[in-house]
Amino acid sequence: MASIPLSHILFVSTALFFIGMYGLFTRRNMITMLMSIELILNSVNINFVAFNKYLYPEKLDGIFFTIFIITIAAAEAAVAIAIIINLYRSHKSIDVEDATELKW
Amino acid sequence: MTYHQYIFLIPLLPLVAFVVLGLFGRKYFKTSSGAIGTTALLASTVLSLYAAYNYFFVDGKVNGVYQKITAFKYTWLEFAPNVSIDMGAIIDPISVMMLVVVTFVSLMVHIFSLGYMKGEERFATYYAFLGLFTFSMLGLVLSTNIFQIYIFWELVGASSYLLIGYYFDKPSAVAASKKAFIVTRFADLGFLIGILILGFYGGTLDFGTLIERLTSTQSTQFIAITTGSFLGISMLTWGLTLIFIGGAGKSAMFPLHIWLPDAMEGPTPVSALIHAATMVVAGVYLVARLFPIFSMDPAALQIVTWVGVSSALIAAIIACTQTDIKRVLAYSTMSQIGYMMFALGVSGNGGEEGVGFMGSMFHLFTHAFFKSLLFLGAGAVIHLVHSNEMKDMGGLRKLMPITHLAFLVACLAIAGIPPFSGFFSKEEILLAAFESNKIVYGIALFTAALTAFYMFRLYFSIFWNKPAHVHNEHHGEGTVSMKLPLVILTACAVGSGFIPFANYVTSDGVPFLSEMHLTFSIAPVGLAVAAILVAMSMYKKQNERPTKVAAAFGGFYKAATRKFYIDELYLFITKKVIFNLIGRPAAWIDRNIVDGFMNLLALITGAISEFIKGIQSGRVQSYALYFFGGAIGLAAVFIYLWK
Repeated sequence: MASIPLSHILFVSTALFFIGMYGLFTRRNMITMLMSIELILNSVNINFVAFNKYLYPEKLDGIFFTIFIITIAAAEAAVAIAIIINLYRSHKSIDVEDATELKW
Repeated sequence: MTYHQYIFLIPLLPLVAFVVLGLFGRKYFKTSSGAIGTTALLASTVLSLYAAYNYFFVDGKVNGVYQKITAFKYTWLEFAPNVSIDMGAIIDPISVMMLVVVTFVSLMVHIFSLGYMKGEERFATYYAFLGLFTFSMLGLVLSTNIFQIYIFWELVGASSYLLIGYYFDKPSAVAASKKAFIVTRFADLGFLIGILILGFYGGTLDFGTLIERLTSTQSTQFIAITTGSFLGISMLTWGLTLIFIGGAGKSAMFPLHIWLPDAMEGPTPVSALIHAATMVVAGVYLVARLFPIFSMDPAALQIVTWVGVSSALIAAIIACTQTDIKRVLAYSTMSQIGYMMFALGVSGNGGEEGVGFMGSMFHLFTHAFFKSLLFLGAGAVIHLVHSNEMKDMGGLRKLMPITHLAFLVACLAIAGIPPFSGFFSKEEILLAAFESNKIVYGIALFTAALTAFYMFRLYFSIFWNKPAHVHNEHHGEGTVSMKLPLVILTACAVGSGFIPFANYVTSDGVPFLSEMHLTFSIAPVGLAVAAILVAMSMYKKQNERPTKVAAAFGGFYKAATRKFYIDELYLFITKKVIFNLIGRPAAWIDRNIVDGFMNLLALITGAISEFIKGIQSGRVQSYALYFFGGAIGLAAVFIYLWK
């Protein structure tokens, strides 16, 4: 099997990261922003798995980190969606631009 | 030595009365506050009379010399070893004499006020203030050191301010109280600097040590203070003159006298107590207290003499033209205090030389009685007539026989007619002046004649002149509490002259025999009698003579009526010169530069916070952007800069 070089995988993860960043900053819909954050987290996951595989094939630390991150991402999504639902109840909208009361 | 132990009670009792009446008077002792204050004062008076008896007749004298005794001393503030401010009580002839005068006159005023101030809304407050004043004055008298005297000096000024402004709903009273406070406060600045000079060179604030060090010509302190000079004048002269300025302010000496006539806005008994008998002699007392040091410095004594004698003369001239009876009395007070001042100025220290000192203290003593009598009498008259103006009075002798008699006795006393008390003390002063300086003697003699004239002008205008036209005749002379002090003080005004004062109060504590020279008395008594006759011819019946005489003096009379334009001069200096040249530029600097700097700081802070505030926009996405920006920035730092 022709091995794929590490740089290719890193390229994918970087692309994924910046797609996530772009979505996070440009989208006004909170659900979409949450999805963008998931993309960022997944790009990190790819990095962990790839480095683990290519640099330390005999160890499992990177894999474990990935599993932790997936778990935390699930919890985070639950909390974020709860916040979004509450915001929707009070603001009748899930647009971040409509929820700017928390300031001076 | 038993009376030393309770001497502190003498000032303390009025203080207790002040605290009790000041805190609870208006609520709980609305009507009994007068009785409480008077009882406290009565106890004080009895104690001080007992102390005086013990001091003068039992144990004050050791080997024929009256001792300076420090009854107790308590170190209050210690700055460094040997440099401390003490609180104590000194017992020596003048302090004991003043104790008696202050408590006695204060007691008379307390009793008189029971009737005079009856029904006042702030009756309790009035008695509280009287208590505070009496406490401060007694503390001043008993002071063992120059700083303690300063503390009580200011307390006296503050209580005087409160009492002058007692009718605070009257704008003139408010203005008068402010004027009194500001003028005396201004003079006290000189006093404070003088204290610092004497304290610095003398190395102590204690009277006894200070006098000991600054009167022996060999001591290092004395050499230092006389060799040290500023603007060509020795530091001793500077120190004493500055202290004298403080004394002159409190004693209403020319040219710092302007507050005293206005101070008559206060209730009349207050004028009797503060602005006639006690507080205004504080300046004289201060000079007398430091007299041994003053006597080392002829220049300072010259200043005391000339300020005293010019005050005596100017005040007497102004008094001849005033129509407000209290103002006449105010100017006469100033004139008599001028007498006491120049008597100190012409006096030598010790033995027969100290006749001026003795005369000054004697006059202080007798003046306290007859002047408070005059004021209380005037108070009784004002109580009846409801006016201070002479033109509203006249013919009152039948309506108020006791007041009339008391007033007559007091007038005779102040005019120096034997055998009333003023005669004896004034003789001593004139004798001292005669022996020391003929010009001063001449002016003093002329002033004595003027005194007799204006006092009898007052007397005839109030009690004779025209028939009485008072409407509320049922009023009569007032209550017993108003008559009793008049009677007692009349007795004192007659009797106090017979005390052989030189046996008790002298500059060095050694009694001497003061002789009355009958031939010497002819001139002053003759002049006084002549002046009384002139006053009688002008004012006993209504006639044209006063206006003719006034017209004859022309511009001079007008100037005297307007008090020689001194008030106007002060107003000109303060309003036109000081306000415009110093006040306004200072205000401009304060408003524009000092405040401007502060405003600038506030403005900068505001702008910065406005900017920072903008960052916290509430937009989650901007926050995320900042966060990532920060992360990238930190990454850049760690990668490229942090090697």
